[in-house]
Amino acid sequence: MTTNGKPKFAMYWAASCGGCEIAVLNIGEKILDVDANFEVAFWPVAMDAKYKDVEAMEDGAILLTLFNGGIRNEENAEIARLLRRKSQILVAFGSCACEGCIPGLANLSKPQDVLDTVYSTVSTDNPNAVRPQYHYQMPEGVIHIPTFYPVLKTLDQVVDVDYYMPGCPPESHQIAAVIDLVIKVLHGEAQLPAKGATIGAGNSTVCDDCPRARNVKLIKKFVRIQDVPELDPHLCLLEQGVPCNGPATRNGCGALCPQAGAQCIGCYGPAEGVIDYGARLITAFASVIDSNDPAEIERILDGIPDPAGQFYRFNLAGSLLRAAKPAWQGKL
Amino acid sequence: MQRITIDPITRLEGHGKIEIFLNEDGEVANTYFQIPELRGFERFCLGRPVEEMPLLTNRICGVCPEAHHMAAAKAADAVYKVDPPSAAKKLRELLYMGFYFTDHTTHFYALGGPDFVMGPNAPVAERNILGIIHKVGLEIGGKVIQARKYGHHIVEIIGGRKVHPCTSIPGGLTKGITEEQRQEIEQIGRWAVDFAQFSLQLFADIVLGNKEYVDLILGDIYTHKTYSMGLVDENNHVNFYDGKVSVVAPDGERIGKYAPHEYTDWVAERVEPWTYLKFPYLKKVGWKGFVDGKDSGVYFATPLSRLNAADGMATPKAQEHYERFYATLGGKPVHQRLAIHWARLIELLYAAEHIVELATDPEITSPHVHNVPKEKPSEGVSIVEAPRGTLTHHYKTDERGLLTEVNLIVGTTNNYAPISMSIKKAAQSLIKKGTVVNEGLLNMVEMAFRAYDPCFGCATHSLPGQMPLEVTIRDAQGNPVEVLRQFC
Repeated sequence: MTTNGKPKFAMYWAASCGGCEIAVLNIGEKILDVDANFEVAFWPVAMDAKYKDVEAMEDGAILLTLFNGGIRNEENAEIARLLRRKSQILVAFGSCACEGCIPGLANLSKPQDVLDTVYSTVSTDNPNAVRPQYHYQMPEGVIHIPTFYPVLKTLDQVVDVDYYMPGCPPESHQIAAVIDLVIKVLHGEAQLPAKGATIGAGNSTVCDDCPRARNVKLIKKFVRIQDVPELDPHLCLLEQGVPCNGPATRNGCGALCPQAGAQCIGCYGPAEGVIDYGARLITAFASVIDSNDPAEIERILDGIPDPAGQFYRFNLAGSLLRAAKPAWQGKL
Repeated sequence: MQRITIDPITRLEGHGKIEIFLNEDGEVANTYFQIPELRGFERFCLGRPVEEMPLLTNRICGVCPEAHHMAAAKAADAVYKVDPPSAAKKLRELLYMGFYFTDHTTHFYALGGPDFVMGPNAPVAERNILGIIHKVGLEIGGKVIQARKYGHHIVEIIGGRKVHPCTSIPGGLTKGITEEQRQEIEQIGRWAVDFAQFSLQLFADIVLGNKEYVDLILGDIYTHKTYSMGLVDENNHVNFYDGKVSVVAPDGERIGKYAPHEYTDWVAERVEPWTYLKFPYLKKVGWKGFVDGKDSGVYFATPLSRLNAADGMATPKAQEHYERFYATLGGKPVHQRLAIHWARLIELLYAAEHIVELATDPEITSPHVHNVPKEKPSEGVSIVEAPRGTLTHHYKTDERGLLTEVNLIVGTTNNYAPISMSIKKAAQSLIKKGTVVNEGLLNMVEMAFRAYDPCFGCATHSLPGQMPLEVTIRDAQGNPVEVLRQFC
């Protein structure tokens, strides 16, 4: 199965930013444990392994693949299917693969509008409204770029996924713990969790890890963080009117952003048992509004200037909604 | 016509694909460097609150989120016409120096370095960071790991997180640092200065001490005479966080400097139908195609171009190396693109020295790090120097500060035309009639782009995936003769 007796490890980067790779590199010396226990068979950003070697592998030859990135185009889908075939354990690694992440917000727009915007910005010199063509005849021959999908999909909307590791990116100490677990499993000292489990994260919410004091959450208005002269560094941000996503978000990061004076923006995805992140967060926000007067409630809600972004910032592609209607209807 | 497809190129961030066409004589007729991806941040950031841009645009690139975080924060400051307190600006810059220290280390040791330390033709299995650690020893490998860790630690202390920092907001920062944290950063800075000097010595020993490599650097294969671009301070010293953009012609003449809000007078972007990425060029010179020279608007924006576009470095040790660099390579400007690797290490030293300067600034622990915006939000432009090139963010908002227009010209995008030219020249120089196209030779074609440390995740604000590197050699009828494949 392997060239040197060690099980094979792979990591792949689809529609994502590369922060997941950096988070893996940030495990520091532990990367040497990976080297000691695995043959790193395929890791595009770091090594020049051969495609033909992977294609030539038997199905299931790779023990563990960490797949980060959403599925934005045809190529992402093809590689996802290839790695699914070749891997015994396929992990949706990071927010993009699990739930679409920030690039999933493109699912609010028609794909044609995405292209029209990008190729007509103020610095773009494009009088003939040129757009990228999937197949283009050059003097020397036809060249191709992959088809842009109408909506961004999560990994499990394309292939079967064994485990989910949330976070944007997953925190390095969580990655290190998962690597330790897999190494223990290899040595027969531990068992893998049940298929479909979320790994490398907690089972509760960011609020439960947040050291800020929570009293009675009742607010008369939402505020924008730059408008507050001085936030109380020890009091719950939501109680101070800052729209913090902690109540709906899975813990695992250690509540880093609230501790740095910034609101949780939801990068660890829905808390355990939450079916739709946005619905849960709307419920949480509604419950802190200190009013029974419809007009006043309306005014308070106006303090959330971008509800779609607020409630589905990281997980639109993986939510029950998945995309706005114009995106679904978009043809390219 | 025969065709060689390299898909994807490897040991870079993001994804690219190279098509090489050979004529009847087996020589390179043309090459196309395609970027097969797009995410569309300019579109889906519309409607979002401008204060979220430092968080949203982080996700353009997880390798250099700090660059987008800073550019977005500065553009949001400009949108609100708010000037952050001096301590906040210094803290942002200190965070940014910590990031540069980590990022330049990553490129030299993990991405670009393997070609030199292991050699361009070293076995694939060894031509990577683990190969380097095995070759130079665990002690030095441990130092490299420590360097990355320390840089990220500075980012985390000020930015709240190691990846995707969260503390910059319009008007400043959400928090300052304590005296204890300041001391920790100062200690890291002093260690970093030693590490950067060590890295420059390693480069001198391994690369400059090897005639074969020196010939490769100085040779014509990897040389292009284009304009140079880079951010400079008021003394025309290299600056990463703030200043004006200096533009220097291929003959060394500075044709001007522009402030962020003037960028559309200087830079325009060309659209080609065969790729998702646009080609920026100097508007004042004009687009003349993929050609060198003073009449062609092609420019580059890398550590080397920054050194070319400046008059020197703002810190003493980096300045010494700056002088040695130009003395060794025959004066300014330097056009040999492999020298970017050396220039990057000089910037590494500058970043390290500047960490110490900022960490010992008496103002750095000031608790006053935020000014509440008072003006109505409207429009703002900012520029920072990302490790991979000049980064411009331009926003327009409605009166609530919700985005109505977003334009981004990111680091690597600046270099799309020169990288395309470098690839073509390397391919033409290396692939001749009867050449056996093997993996090592293709890697030398890839070295043409690797010097630029490109990040096509950033460039496309997108990243649909890296494809395997695949080379199909076809005969004149288009029939495949041989297929070589490689994972990036």
